[in-house]
Amino acid sequence: MSTAVDGGAATAPERSEQSPARPQPAFWSTVAAVMRKELLVELRTLESVPGMSLFAVTTFVVFHFALNRGSVEGDLAAGILWVTLLFAAILGVNRLFVADADQGGFDGFLLAPVDRAAMLVAKVATLLLYLLALELVAVPAFSILLLGPSVGPALPGLLATLALGDVGVAVIGTLVAAMAVRTRSRDLLGPLLTLPLFVPIVIGGARCTAPLLEFAHRSGPSGRWLATLGVYDLVFGLLAYALFDFLLED
Amino acid sequence: MASRPYGKGLRALSITTVAAMTAALALVFFYAPLEAEQGFLQKIFYVHVPLAIVSLCGFVLGGLLAIQHLRTRDSRWDMRSYVAIHMALIFGLATLITGSIWAKGSWGHWWVWNEPTLVSFLIVFLLYATYQPLRFAIEDPERQSRYASVFAVTAGAFVPLNFIAVRMSTSFLHPRTLSSTSNLPGSMGFTFLVSVVAIALLYATLCKYELTVKHTRAQVRALRRRLVAEDSPARGRSAAPSGLPEEEPRPAPGPDGLAPGGQRFGSAPGTAA
Amino acid sequence: MSAPALELSGLIRRYGEREALSGVGLSLPPGRTLVVFGPNGAGKTTLLRVLATLLRPHSGRVRVLGSDLPEDAWAVRGRVGLLAHEPLLYRELSGAENLRYHARLHRVSEARVTELLDAVALGGRADEPVRTLSRGMVQRVAVARAVLHDPELLLLDEPYANLDPAAIELVAPLIGVGGDGRRRTRVLCSHDPGRDLAEADLVLGLRGGRPELLADAASVTPAEIAELYR
Repeated sequence: MSTAVDGGAATAPERSEQSPARPQPAFWSTVAAVMRKELLVELRTLESVPGMSLFAVTTFVVFHFALNRGSVEGDLAAGILWVTLLFAAILGVNRLFVADADQGGFDGFLLAPVDRAAMLVAKVATLLLYLLALELVAVPAFSILLLGPSVGPALPGLLATLALGDVGVAVIGTLVAAMAVRTRSRDLLGPLLTLPLFVPIVIGGARCTAPLLEFAHRSGPSGRWLATLGVYDLVFGLLAYALFDFLLED
Repeated sequence: MASRPYGKGLRALSITTVAAMTAALALVFFYAPLEAEQGFLQKIFYVHVPLAIVSLCGFVLGGLLAIQHLRTRDSRWDMRSYVAIHMALIFGLATLITGSIWAKGSWGHWWVWNEPTLVSFLIVFLLYATYQPLRFAIEDPERQSRYASVFAVTAGAFVPLNFIAVRMSTSFLHPRTLSSTSNLPGSMGFTFLVSVVAIALLYATLCKYELTVKHTRAQVRALRRRLVAEDSPARGRSAAPSGLPEEEPRPAPGPDGLAPGGQRFGSAPGTAA
Repeated sequence: MSAPALELSGLIRRYGEREALSGVGLSLPPGRTLVVFGPNGAGKTTLLRVLATLLRPHSGRVRVLGSDLPEDAWAVRGRVGLLAHEPLLYRELSGAENLRYHARLHRVSEARVTELLDAVALGGRADEPVRTLSRGMVQRVAVARAVLHDPELLLLDEPYANLDPAAIELVAPLIGVGGDGRRRTRVLCSHDPGRDLAEADLVLGLRGGRPELLADAASVTPAEIAELYR
């Protein structure tokens, strides 16, 4: 009695067989080609970055009224900043693969003789760029609208924390976006899947940021939490690399 | 039908489970001493913690089974992964409810944030609660299985990481009972062990029941398809995998590439001038 | 005789519990054209997608251009061109930008993009977003995309749909068999036996995923093909 349903054909993703025949430069030029296309589409449609940035600023205003505070510091400031950034990020995550899914972009890519991991890297890098653009607007807006202590001395620590957090958000966001985009309720499943996965990033990010945003007794981000963020990023990066192929297939 | 009966060993497993559960209950009520601080309510610990342990292991097991599915593309692994996660989710709900009752009884609130196991459990539960909606939202059954497996692996890796992160972030205002499992007095420790075994057996039995039911239904559908018509209507949308049983090999196509009963036997294909 | 370009045997592809393709088998020598007829839902598009390496075969043997699928699919990509129902173009980008993107993925030169844009006579419209183009123009850009990398095997899903006779004339040489120097192997899905039977060397008739007709084109009459749709 035969066992494997597909007649015993080898089933490992083909990428591993591909590697020996493929020279390294081709991988990065493929990544560049995909990123170029992504950014070109974004420039034409302006679907992601402006929306994310506007959402963040509006959310700060909503927080002002919801909390009935004109100025926040410490834990509260860190919390508001991270929650707002994450919810804005989800907007970007939702749009990440929509053009590909609706306009046949997956097929076009899958037909080409390229390493499929290149799409993962390109999409993560693109989302990372969107997040950086978002933060260029959101962090100044936050320091003007809500933040009590001045942001200047906090910047180095804040940037380091945001960088590590952004990588995690980008990796998880890309993985979940690829899962959610070709389902019936893609706009709902995206946030539902990402938020629990973001929790450790929120924990690490907020814990690192809170001591930076105090009026008195300012201290740097804790190395322990930065390391935690780093490990989380690494694990999910590897996981995404291993699993992405399975999501690209039809 | 040449498939092995799926329910082999089910009766033995069920009897063992009933025995273990009876033993555990007996120990909990008659053997384990009353805890000084919390009194009778503390006994819920013997239900809550084993449920949590078995549930978390079930989630991770679901991830491991999903890896097998992705490696072999055999849909039976996806079926097993689905059942493992599905059952773990139910046990997880029971964990949260018993945890809440315990919290109310011990600390006066229906929920506490200083118990990191409970908190990280809530996050994990919220994540896995999206498993079935995800499956339901994908119509193509093969893609449904594949995406569900990717999710199961991701979520399975998330469980320990989340546990560590939450634990690091919780400030301990209150001596946590969970941390004291290592220094439980002998009688409590023994009762706890038996409870864990009993609940694990219950989990295994329920999983096996569900697998058997699904497998049998799938066999019935396959038989019906064979008897009635090849083009019987497809099942409606469903979140559960169909549990395709292994089918007998079809009569091989003849040398001209046509299925037996095909209309035309033309000249050998591919010899056009 | 050189190795066949396509070798299928007992190909099965399932969709849930239903079989979208049930035991398809055939052998196509290089440089020949296989035309596939059948009603909607018969499995023509599924077959094309399996040959394009976009879908994995669930059972049976599939050998495309000497490589077995799905294990050696990577060796086949880049040598196969697919013209599907969807144009596989980004609507916000122009025809030229779309082609350049695909050219980079397939490592094809910029000159080839210009050559093809001229061949499909898109003219000035090549730099306007695809969403502003008519269906016929989109189809022409899609054809250009499909043959951009000069594939050995061309898979065409009703290629002449949405095209007026003038456009068909423009496009036909691009998706044709090619010169005697190098003949291209083609698989063409069609609903029009009147026009497409003439191009065929081998004919496959599908119904409900099952191959009900497989024969040399010379010995097939349009009446037999009409039977498939009954």
